[in-house]
Amino acid sequence: MFSFLVKRILSGSLIVVLVSVMIYALFWYGPKSPALELCRRDTNNRCTPAKLVEFEDRLGYSNPIYEEYGKWAKGLVADRTIIHGTSEYDCPAPCLGISYRDKSLVTDQFKERFPVTVSLAVGASALYLLIGVTVGVLAARRRGSVADKALVASTLVFSSIPYYLVALLSFLILTLSTSVFPEAKYVPFLDDPLAWFSGLLLVWLVMGLYGATAYTRYSRGSMVEALGEDYVRTARAKGLRMRTVVTKHALRSALVPVITIFGLDVAFLLSGTVFTEKIFSLEGIGKWGIDAVNIKDLPVVQATTLVLAVSVVVMNIIVDIVYSILDPRVRLA
Amino acid sequence: MSTAPTSGDPYLVVDDLTVRFPTADGLVQAVTGLSYQVELGKTLGIVGESGSGKSVSSMAVLGLHDRRSAQISGSIKVAGTEVVGLSEGRMRELRGNAVAMIFQDALASLHPFYKIGAQLAEAYRTHHPKATKKEARSRALEMLERVGIPQPDKRIDQYPHQFSGGMRQRAMIAMGLINDPSLLIADEPTTALDVTVQAQILDLLQDLQQEFNSAIIIITHDLGVVAEMADDVLVMYAGRAVEYGSAKEVLTRPEMPYTWGLLSSVPDVAADTNARMIPIPGAPPSLLDPPSGCPFHPRCAHREKVPGDLCRTELPELLPAVHGEGHLKRCHLADPEAVFAAEVLPEIAPEMVEEKR
Ligand SMILES: Nc1ncnc2c1ncn2[C@@H]1O[C@H](COP(=O)(O)OP(=O)(O)OP(=O)(O)O)[C@@H](O)[C@H]1O
Ligand SMILES: [Mg+2]
Repeated sequence: MFSFLVKRILSGSLIVVLVSVMIYALFWYGPKSPALELCRRDTNNRCTPAKLVEFEDRLGYSNPIYEEYGKWAKGLVADRTIIHGTSEYDCPAPCLGISYRDKSLVTDQFKERFPVTVSLAVGASALYLLIGVTVGVLAARRRGSVADKALVASTLVFSSIPYYLVALLSFLILTLSTSVFPEAKYVPFLDDPLAWFSGLLLVWLVMGLYGATAYTRYSRGSMVEALGEDYVRTARAKGLRMRTVVTKHALRSALVPVITIFGLDVAFLLSGTVFTEKIFSLEGIGKWGIDAVNIKDLPVVQATTLVLAVSVVVMNIIVDIVYSILDPRVRLA
Repeated sequence: MSTAPTSGDPYLVVDDLTVRFPTADGLVQAVTGLSYQVELGKTLGIVGESGSGKSVSSMAVLGLHDRRSAQISGSIKVAGTEVVGLSEGRMRELRGNAVAMIFQDALASLHPFYKIGAQLAEAYRTHHPKATKKEARSRALEMLERVGIPQPDKRIDQYPHQFSGGMRQRAMIAMGLINDPSLLIADEPTTALDVTVQAQILDLLQDLQQEFNSAIIIITHDLGVVAEMADDVLVMYAGRAVEYGSAKEVLTRPEMPYTWGLLSSVPDVAADTNARMIPIPGAPPSLLDPPSGCPFHPRCAHREKVPGDLCRTELPELLPAVHGEGHLKRCHLADPEAVFAAEVLPEIAPEMVEEKR
């Protein structure tokens, strides 16, 4: 277990480093100067070539790339001072740089926004499993019945509607015109758990129900397979109640493939949910990242990409550990 | 509890059992009009090629078929209780308790995620709800010991994949016997095991039977196993009984060409080198669209000996054989004994023909 963790954390770190280098290189060698957007804004759209060079100097784009990347990477572990032209900014470790847009510390912004995203991810993923797996298991037990067929068809129809449409309509109908749900807002859990819950409930339901349709299909499929296994027949031949057969013998096996997909989905949820955050005006990682890409705000883009890379790596490790708990044949190595 | 039958009454009576599965391709006629019975302390061997309905018919005894899809008719009486159409709750009381089944392929039939001991203890506690976890565990340990698993106190905490094939089969048997069943159905308990282990497992079953006086049904492809274990034999072909009788009668004076074919295809390592192994030509018939007349006729080498086109047009009834009391066969041949002696015996056991001369 220990050597597994060490190995996976090392290889995971390598992936994260490679991703961050790639983002840096994309900005550096991309077709448009990464300073152009900032130059235009600060000069009221009168960004002359001379001005642009000045801005590039200021942001460090005239230095060699490895030097700048080195500075950025070092900032993750050591305090650093960032100089933009004549202004200086203190950036304590872990320093992710300062946003080009408003010169704020990226780390501070991250600390403010990540809890929003985590809250969304927790609620949505809980519903994926709760609703998705429960309905999937029930459908698998009644495989071939009218209810099962209707359910499978309706999940297909539902998930073929684009997500943003579902989210937008829910917001328009349930919040704007009828106020069945209050306007979504984020209150930190530790400040007021109840407000945290009620503020995000609609958003969770929208994300969770939409995502659960896919889980219904995955878990139905893997449950149907598990119910056909010889060891499930053995369990019935022992005289066990059907409920025990389903939950203890079939479901445990059926969960294994579902967990893989779930792990990746959680990783993506943690790296931000752009449509959801935009439609419900929540300040999470997703919206932050998209806005940063639009104005070529390298430090913020770099930070949001890191969140994605780290989430994927961490969730994969967790999935492997859960696997080994579920299935004794799996050895962590 | 159901009344215990007086000794001599058959413990299991299957009468005119038919099992059909509607599928997308049509109705699979897995078992048709099957009847047999087993007494306590006796062993019935069911033989037949793959797909002949051996497993399907025995699973019906435990009511393991999907109630919504399988069409089951006829009667199955366990200790006098009719189990066809019995409620799921009553059926559950029988399963693993009075009637236990050991399935073919022990690796797939044991849950890969649970320890052997836990799987055995679960079987015990299901029918002994008052037993504590500790009692169930010591009962599991006792059973593992009894079926001859070495170091049972260690093995009890291992997973099925850590067992060898023979040990897994023993563990399956231990699980089947943990509630002292009166009827044990063993579905190919020794297929895929090497010859020595196979012999050990069969010995084990025999010992246990003597100890508990239970009725055993042993399902197999292998007539060697039947010869060693069974009191009675039921030969199945395409979901029907084609020959049924005491093991001695059926093995020494078989009257149905399919049984002859099975006898010729027994690989007998111990026997004289003159004995040849001749597989039955052709493939088992489709159960979706069974052949007309005798289902075996397309593969039968002797159909020309029956006058007219009878084998192709008419299903022979299961009638008393020429020889032996209670010996039944399903065949149109007028004098099967003569054909067997003249054509089959010299092929499969030349030495026996010599002796007779
Ligand atoms: N649930 C089911 N639905 C449809 N067909 C089935 C079902 N179960 C079994 N069958 C069919 O019934 C026939 C008999 O199967 P069965 O398992 O009894 O054969 P078997 O004699 O045990 O063969 P083997 O020696 O290979 O175990 C096969 O053709 C099989 O495909
Ligand atoms: Mg079978």
